Amino acid sequence: MHFEYKVEGGDFTLAGYASSQIKKTLKQLGADPAVIKRVVVALYEAEVNIVAHAYRGVIYADIQPGGIILRLVDEGPGIPDVEMAMTKGFSTASPQVREMGFGAGMGLPNISENADSFSIETEVNKGTTLTIEINFK
Amino acid sequence: MTLREIKESLNLKVYSGENLLENEVTGGYASDLLSDVMGHASEGDLWITLQTHKNVVGVASLKDLSAIILVKGFTPDKETLDMAGNENIPVLGTDMETFEFCGVLYNLLK
Repeated sequence: MHFEYKVEGGDFTLAGYASSQIKKTLKQLGADPAVIKRVVVALYEAEVNIVAHAYRGVIYADIQPGGIILRLVDEGPGIPDVEMAMTKGFSTASPQVREMGFGAGMGLPNISENADSFSIETEVNKGTTLTIEINFK
Repeated sequence: MTLREIKESLNLKVYSGENLLENEVTGGYASDLLSDVMGHASEGDLWITLQTHKNVVGVASLKDLSAIILVKGFTPDKETLDMAGNENIPVLGTDMETFEFCGVLYNLLK
């Protein structure tokens, strides 16, 4: 099964929509609740990252018998220092985003902790693509 | 313990979810950082926060939390209430500060 969701940068009113839809779908498919929890955390963080940092992006979700593959492709500023971005507590989020309780520097670490496989491809001034794989077993 | 028992013991205001007070509360998590809650709260937890915008409902729903408690008399935004109704997430409030509320809730739940 294949799903696509468009995400607009800066629009927090819809942040979490894709995560919520994928959660519902996985529940309907009878996926293990522990796996659904991990997918939800990883996808929500990645979705919010597009809203908080990028101009726009697309989420591609592929549900296969063995697991789910999420690709989040954004047009945005890119990440100049991936190692730094992966550090817990490091964030480049704006003061407005932080006031809402986002931008605490926990997003990428949360994704990494919940994914079986996680990779970041990024180009400064162009955009970032995250690939997250979570196995059902 | 049910949300109703907690609401009555601690004299909480109900902003949304009067029909959901039989929700079972199995623990609590206090944080104003959404990623912290996303990463570390558990299903059934009561979420204690001062964030009033609608994204808290999104997080609570994704994490299957039992309810949101707004501290210090903070009131939910209108969009927060609309979404709470749609997502079946109870939103309650207290005049207590987070530290005090966590203390009394901890004693109640232990």
